[in-house]
Amino acid sequence: MSFLDNYIYYIGAFGLILIGFYIILVKHNLIKVIIGLGILDTGVNLFLISVGYITKGTAPIFSKPGIDSERMVDPVPQALVLTAIVIGVAVLALALSLAIRLYQHYGTLNLRKIREQRW
Amino acid sequence: MIFVASFLVVLMLVGAVAASIFRDLISAVIAAAFVSLVAAILFYLLQAPDVAMAEAAIGAALTVAIFIIAIRRTKRYEE
Amino acid sequence: MRRIVGILLLIIVAVGIGRSLVKIPFGTSRTKVGTHYINEGIKETGSANIVTSVVVSYRGFDTLGEVTVLFIAAIGLGAVLTRSGGKETRKIESASLVLYTGCRLLFPLILIFGTYIFIHGHLTPGGGFQGGAIIASGFLLIYLGCRERRISKIASKLAESLGGLVFVVIGLLGLLFGGHFLSNFLPKGTANTFFSAGIVPIIYIAIGFKVGSELAGIIDNLIEES
Repeated sequence: MSFLDNYIYYIGAFGLILIGFYIILVKHNLIKVIIGLGILDTGVNLFLISVGYITKGTAPIFSKPGIDSERMVDPVPQALVLTAIVIGVAVLALALSLAIRLYQHYGTLNLRKIREQRW
Repeated sequence: MIFVASFLVVLMLVGAVAASIFRDLISAVIAAAFVSLVAAILFYLLQAPDVAMAEAAIGAALTVAIFIIAIRRTKRYEE
Repeated sequence: MRRIVGILLLIIVAVGIGRSLVKIPFGTSRTKVGTHYINEGIKETGSANIVTSVVVSYRGFDTLGEVTVLFIAAIGLGAVLTRSGGKETRKIESASLVLYTGCRLLFPLILIFGTYIFIHGHLTPGGGFQGGAIIASGFLLIYLGCRERRISKIASKLAESLGGLVFVVIGLLGLLFGGHFLSNFLPKGTANTFFSAGIVPIIYIAIGFKVGSELAGIIDNLIEES
C-alpha cells in the first residue's frame, strides 16, 4: 500500500508516455500520429509537476501576508510546465496545417501509400 | 484521498488506450480531450492551480477545435 | 514486422525509464532555488503569486523566447495555408435566431472573464496565458454560432504586434533605468493590493492581448478556405 501511495502519479505519467510512443511508432494514419504526439506531451507535463510535490503541501500563493511558508510546493516546475503547454498547442497547430497540405497534394493520408508514391 | 487519485489515474489510462483503438478519428480526438481533462484534475490534486487552469482551457477546448477543423478538411475514417 | 520491431523498442525504452524512476523520491525535498524564491519572493518582486514572479521576473527572458516561438508558429501556419487558386465554395446555412442571439449575448461576458483573469495575475492564480486562451475560446464561439462574421484582420494583427512590442520596450526601459534587461524599475508597493509589483501586471496584460489574438488568428486561418 505504501508503494502505491508513493508512486501512483509516476505510474500514470509513465503509462501515458508509453501509450504515446506506441501510437507514434505503429499507426499509419497521419492524424492518429499527431494525436499520439499530444498524448506524449501531456504525459511529460504530468511527470514534471509530480516531481515537485511535497507531501501534504499547499499551493505557492500568499493569499494573506503572513501565511506559514514552510510546506509550500516547489514553484519552479510549475513555471516550466506553463510554458510547455502553450508551446505544445502551437506545435500541434503547425503539424495539422502541414497534414492538410499533404492531403491536398497526394489525395490520401496513409503513410505507406505516400511512401510508395514517391519512388 | 489516495483512492481518488488511483481511480482517476486508471480512468486516464483507459481513455488513452481508447484513443489508440478507435477507427473514427473524431472519437479518438474526444478520447484525447478526456485524457487532458483528467490530467487537469490531477494537476489540481498536486496543488498547482495555475497549471490546472492552463491545461483545462488549452487542452480540452482549443486542441479539440483545431483537430476537428483539420479533420473536416481531410478524411474522417482511418483506412 | 513493423509492429514487432515497434513493441521491442518500446520494451527497451520502458525498462530504461522504469529503472531510473524508482530512484527519484516522491514528495520529500525542495530544491534550494525553490526555497530561495519562496522566502525572498515578496521582498524582491512584490507579487503575491510566486509562480507569476518566477515566470515574469526571475525567468523573464525565457518567457520572451516562448512568446517568440508562438509568433513563429502562427506565421508558419499562415504561410503554409495560403489560398492557391481555385476556392471550393460550400453553401453555408445560416444559424437559427436563438443560436445567433445566444452567442452574441455570451461573447462580451467571456471577454470580461478572460480580461479579469489576466489583470489579476499577480494576486490570484491566473495570468496572461490562461486569460489569452479564454479570450480565444470566446472568438471560437462567434465562429461556430454566428457563421457569417469574421474578425477584421487588421485589428487582430495590430493587437498581436502591439503586445510583443510593449514587452520588448519595457525590457529596454529596464535596461536604461535599472542596469540590466527586464529589471523591475517601477515602485513595488505593498503586496496583495492591485497597484503593486512594479512591471509585472503591465507585462502580463501585454502577454494576454498577444496570446489571445494569436490563437484566434490561428483558428481564423484554419477555417478560412472551406
